[in-house]
Amino acid sequence: MKNLVILGAGTSGTMMANHLRPKLYLNKWNITIVDQYKTHYYQPGFLFLPFDIYKEEQVKKVGKKFIPKDVKYIQKKIEKIIPEENKVELEGETLEYDVLIIATGCKIAPEETNGLIGPLWKKDIFDFYTYEGSLALRDKLRDWQGGKLLVHITEMPIKCPVAPLEFSFLADSYFREKGMRDKVEITYVTPLSGAFTKPTCTTALNYLLQEKGIKIETDFAIEHVDNDTKEIVDYEGRKIPFDLLVTIPTNMGDEVIAKSGLGDDLNFVPTDHNTLQSKAHENIFVIGDATNVPASKAGSVAHFEAETLADNILLYIDGYPLKKEFDGHANCFIETGNNKALLIDFNYVTEPVHGKFPFAKIGPLSLLKESVLNHWGKLAFRWIYWNMLLKGIAIPFVSRNMSFSGKVFDIKSEKK
Amino acid sequence: MAVKTIAGVEVKVTEDGYLEDMTQWNKEIAKEIAKELGIELTDKHFEVINYLRNRTIAKEALTIRSVGKSGIVDIKQLYELFPKGPLKFSSKIAGIPKPTSCI
Repeated sequence: MKNLVILGAGTSGTMMANHLRPKLYLNKWNITIVDQYKTHYYQPGFLFLPFDIYKEEQVKKVGKKFIPKDVKYIQKKIEKIIPEENKVELEGETLEYDVLIIATGCKIAPEETNGLIGPLWKKDIFDFYTYEGSLALRDKLRDWQGGKLLVHITEMPIKCPVAPLEFSFLADSYFREKGMRDKVEITYVTPLSGAFTKPTCTTALNYLLQEKGIKIETDFAIEHVDNDTKEIVDYEGRKIPFDLLVTIPTNMGDEVIAKSGLGDDLNFVPTDHNTLQSKAHENIFVIGDATNVPASKAGSVAHFEAETLADNILLYIDGYPLKKEFDGHANCFIETGNNKALLIDFNYVTEPVHGKFPFAKIGPLSLLKESVLNHWGKLAFRWIYWNMLLKGIAIPFVSRNMSFSGKVFDIKSEKK
Repeated sequence: MAVKTIAGVEVKVTEDGYLEDMTQWNKEIAKEIAKELGIELTDKHFEVINYLRNRTIAKEALTIRSVGKSGIVDIKQLYELFPKGPLKFSSKIAGIPKPTSCI
């Protein structure tokens, strides 16, 4: 018997188990998946928890439920990967593998910024990239009296790069509905040169910040948080005061990657951009947020990667060359508040385009343009996630590679 | 996309003045872009610029953090070399794409 081991039972790992079990003979291949946690979170839902749009039970389920029955599920901490011996050490157990899939994701590392985890952490400083952080922020917002709200990105890359913007837009709607928008000053703080950095998006979407009265501070690379004066301070000594700081801390790959000597300076695994094979070891493949590929760290990207990776693992096992297929395709809904959303479709090289999706000229969804239907698309996606995406069922009419039919590449301003 | 003459060379540039093709870059072009940004280039600047170009050729993402860990400069020194926009300006001078997010 041969062994295929998947590390991590999040979005990517779960999808791979579902893709591969029906394709590998039961009498030839064991598949084992390892994850230390029992609960599988619907991470896009963390954006909605703080605003009381979703409830706790809508974003979590028991992870094992989504793993095929002929896949062995081990709920243990992963201690170390030893690629030279094709072994993975778990707590009190060692697994041998012929093929390894690393799907250990990424997580926030607030300890990387001085003063972030200080006296104000979870009092006036919050994250919403964890379940606990998102809930704590919800409780804070429920009776917050207003003041200066900063929505802040520490550094790129981060999981779901549009989430901080969506958070700003939803915060605007939330405080308007509560009748206290005039008491809240919202400022978006980014290390990049703008909220929208791709020329197509800058042109099409800059009106959103103005329309919602969201201020912006660009090129801000945080050096530390001053807990006494309640300010964030950058490397040039620029200071921005806050009453409530919602921050996206540095995102890093799992520490097991560092312990195993497999990662870069952020613990992301160097991975071939098109085949998803690890650069260092031919029998190790990497998917989702754990890779260092320059695609967005997002569920939709993992979904498209999973289709290519499943094919490539079968090719690898049979000794064929791998397909250089994955193009960095991402397809994301972006909440803009007031029950509207945008939809963007792009890849490694093509900027988000205008047009209709998934059918050329018909849609029904519009790309790079606010609509109520896109908002319902985003909400419906939660059902698709639990019922189709995790199970490896292809989403009808949405292909793994980006399609160019019916899309418009000359971008006009989308002012209303 | 536009064509611009920098240091006597016709180069393709983006709307905000970043080189479209990093192979069109040379040291003179770097000096002229830097001048427009009010920066006088020293050997230390060029060490950072070469590091950024090599990372880009290797298709690795650029972060302020990675430059800070490069052994060439720490982040404070990077800011001193390229004030007000360390990655934004150093990328422009190095002839590589502007650091962007997905939108």
